[in-house]
Amino acid sequence: MKQLNYDAVVIGGGAAGMAAAVELDSHGHSVLILEREDSLGGILMQCIHNGFGLIEFNEELTGPEFAQRFEAKVRAKNIQASLKTTVLDLREENGFKAVYCVSPAEGMMRIEARAVVLAMGCRERNRGNIRIPGTRPAGVYTAGLAQRLVNIEGYIPGKDVVIIGSGDIGLIMARRMSWSGCKVHAVIEILPYLSGLTRNIVQCLNDFGIPLYLSHLVTDIYGKDRVEGIEVTPIESGALMREKAFKIPCDTVLLSVGLVPENELSRNAGIEIQPTTNGPWVDSALMTTLPGVFACGNVLHVHDLVDYVVEEARRAGANAASWLSGYRPAREIRLKTGANIRYVMPMRLNPERENRVYMRSLVVKNNARLEVRLDGAVVKSRKLAHVQPSEMLSLTVAPADIAAAGRDSVIEIALV
Amino acid sequence: MKELICITCPMGCHLAIDTGANGEMKVTGNRCVRGEQYAREEVLNPKRVVTFTCAALLPDGSAPGVSSNLPRRVPVRTRTGFPKERIPELLDALRGISVRLPTERGAMVLPKALGTDVDVVVARSIALE
Repeated sequence: MKQLNYDAVVIGGGAAGMAAAVELDSHGHSVLILEREDSLGGILMQCIHNGFGLIEFNEELTGPEFAQRFEAKVRAKNIQASLKTTVLDLREENGFKAVYCVSPAEGMMRIEARAVVLAMGCRERNRGNIRIPGTRPAGVYTAGLAQRLVNIEGYIPGKDVVIIGSGDIGLIMARRMSWSGCKVHAVIEILPYLSGLTRNIVQCLNDFGIPLYLSHLVTDIYGKDRVEGIEVTPIESGALMREKAFKIPCDTVLLSVGLVPENELSRNAGIEIQPTTNGPWVDSALMTTLPGVFACGNVLHVHDLVDYVVEEARRAGANAASWLSGYRPAREIRLKTGANIRYVMPMRLNPERENRVYMRSLVVKNNARLEVRLDGAVVKSRKLAHVQPSEMLSLTVAPADIAAAGRDSVIEIALV
Repeated sequence: MKELICITCPMGCHLAIDTGANGEMKVTGNRCVRGEQYAREEVLNPKRVVTFTCAALLPDGSAPGVSSNLPRRVPVRTRTGFPKERIPELLDALRGISVRLPTERGAMVLPKALGTDVDVVVARSIALE
């Protein structure tokens, strides 16, 4: 078995992995990226639509353009990437992190590193996850799988499409399928509001006259060999209105019903996973409960913009670099969710450094105020014109904001 | 007053456009200058960036096989916004075009598409292994 040694191994060569690797390299550490696919770029390679990179490159790029611009940074630094390489196991051995992986070129490999950055991204929730009743015919796909089939493999999965869930991938696929000559009959969303970005209603649904059914549930899928239609039932005041149920004939159902961070490897390594995010618990340095193992991007929590992924991954890379150089925070302060906040990321703050905090709202609200409270007293606040659960919020907490924090202090972030 | 959601970036600003008696437009709700441009254009001459794929062809003119590591489709894009009502026509034109591999990001697919000043270019560099 081939044995390799690096200061740091980055698992996953998407936007997060590349950004973390560049950062580690620029701090003078040797780094290896392990990527399962044939090329770097991750999910961006199948996201051929535009809208990426406004923050990172100040330009509106498509997914492949964003990925390849980033890949150029990786190549310019001569950072090594092992492609077609699947990581099987991560464990601690003799005080090092041992990463076991396989590739067609090298067979089994054992890579020893002092630090590991997890950047494996996320997976789509599927029909089983949301338990849609009915038969099990062909023609039911997750939206991301359909996206791959259309954009990379060159197959159209069906002609008459219904999309379940209003996540961004579903909305983007509504437009993609329409442009490919298919008829998209409806987007069905169980919640009373859109799960994707607002602008996607305009350019992906309104432009094509695709109806959006909010507060509606798909209660049946029909068809023996192939999907023939679905049954949709309205929800009013939390109750299913059976008598108002209606059918929509279709031959294809695409599911865009959420993403789940891909943490099988982390779990096996004994890393603690947070139920609110399905990602690892991390401290102020984005370090997991396994010291020396960091996490960033969609494996940590699902982001809505790749620009935020990159920003977070740089931080993880820089933190891993300073950890490798021996830096340890003198103390950390507990950060917790207050009113109307679903989760905060990370879960600890470092009073010596600038802390970037990401969070998601539990509610849709106009003229909201985001408050940072130290032991109950507001130390920082920000006005927000409009918040909704699908749009991630961020905030910087500087050392000066929390200078008064004591050893047992608690910082809370609330939306009022 | 006309209300729009800005699609220039993922912020999705809620815009309000007031057109005065003299035809002058006043845009509010935008968080950057691009929002104002978008509102004006969306009212007067709506445009969209079009992203699509063209068939990939190997140097010998055949399509990459199923077991090949090469993608069978090449992503392409309009460099800038393209007139919305002519998009179906543009897609028809792109359906008839194949891109020969290897190709480079920015390579021309359809210059000045359909007589507009908008170019369609390749959005992904693809090498032959």
